[in-house]
Amino acid sequence: MIRVLGALLRRDISGLIGIGRGGVGGGGPVLPILFFLAVATIYPFAVGADARLLAQTGGGVIWVAALLAAILPLDRLVEPDLERGLFDQWALRGISEEWVIAIRILSHWLSFGPPLMLAALLASALLGLSAQTLGTVELGLLAGTPGLAALGVAVAALTAGLRGGAALAGLLVIPLGVPLLIFGAGSLSAGGESGLALTAAVSLVLLALSPFAGGAAVRAARD
Amino acid sequence: MQGPRIAARIAASGLACRRGDRLLFRGLSFTLEPGQALQVTGDNGIGKSSLLRLLAGLARPFSGAVTRQGAIGLVDERPALDPQLPLGRALGFWSRIDGRAPAGIEPLGLSALLDVPVRYLSTGQRKRAAMARLLGQDAAIWLLDEPLNGLDIHAAPLVEKMAARHCDKGGIVVVASHQRFALPGLTHLSVADFAA
Repeated sequence: MIRVLGALLRRDISGLIGIGRGGVGGGGPVLPILFFLAVATIYPFAVGADARLLAQTGGGVIWVAALLAAILPLDRLVEPDLERGLFDQWALRGISEEWVIAIRILSHWLSFGPPLMLAALLASALLGLSAQTLGTVELGLLAGTPGLAALGVAVAALTAGLRGGAALAGLLVIPLGVPLLIFGAGSLSAGGESGLALTAAVSLVLLALSPFAGGAAVRAARD
Repeated sequence: MQGPRIAARIAASGLACRRGDRLLFRGLSFTLEPGQALQVTGDNGIGKSSLLRLLAGLARPFSGAVTRQGAIGLVDERPALDPQLPLGRALGFWSRIDGRAPAGIEPLGLSALLDVPVRYLSTGQRKRAAMARLLGQDAAIWLLDEPLNGLDIHAAPLVEKMAARHCDKGGIVVVASHQRFALPGLTHLSVADFAA
């Protein structure tokens, strides 16, 4: 089993992170990160260069941008493997869909979570965030992005095989990601430190449920 | 290539298959013992592939049951190989999953293609690659969906010979095809006889 999981993780990571350009999807984390930075860059243009206003609202913008960036790769998380018959071959070998989905959540997070946290450093400079706010944002992203990854993979599995699945997936993730956004961005306001713990709690719930929801969705899509 | 280690057996009893609201076939029964081979025949759309998916356990029958003993290996129109990877690495993924060295690369004429991305391979080459994946799996029961599709006159006998060798070693082969499949002792089952 360990051997199988290792092989799955290796394939997922090389596909999603783009080392050796193989496996799942392809394209790597560059696009979501550039997208994230682009949002952070145009925000000051939209609201004006008022440094106080930017510093006040910048943390929230980083969170919205993170949510949107997590949506970008959704359509290549599950559907290609379903279409190409890989899930069938795994099922024949007794590898449960839940394990495959759990591994995919891990590799999806690795492909956008840590890069996003790095990009947030840059974004915070653009938005003029204080060091303390930046620290809270980074901690919040660390707590929240695993939940976003779990949610993304589960929704990708649910919408795999549907016509217009990619757009639908984005539409589904946004409302379901609202708790993460509220607690994550809420932790930035004065006295909102407990938001970090709540973000982590929501993340854990999503991480616990998503492999089962995603696995059931893949099995349902097969019939 | 090793032989199946356990006595293989697959039996269908009273299988019925529904697709959408259409009943494709019903009352389909057969039993295959080690070394036996069966060709499922019938026109397009009659339910040959659906029957194979029922046998593989990938779909649930509308009624009836399938009992199987031994691992299932399935080759259908999708090779389940990553299109952007070179063939060698795409097959390498499955050999890591199956825990066995890749098999049949040389006889299937794939040695020269190992560096070629799967998406550049022709239909026949992909079919041969899927056969290599199947050989590496060491499954006792082979389910082959149109195994000769796209194969040239050199490759087709090769696949037939592999199926024959698998039967000799006590494996089971089920072929779904409207084409002639040369295999000693092959029995035939026409899905049309069970059409609902």
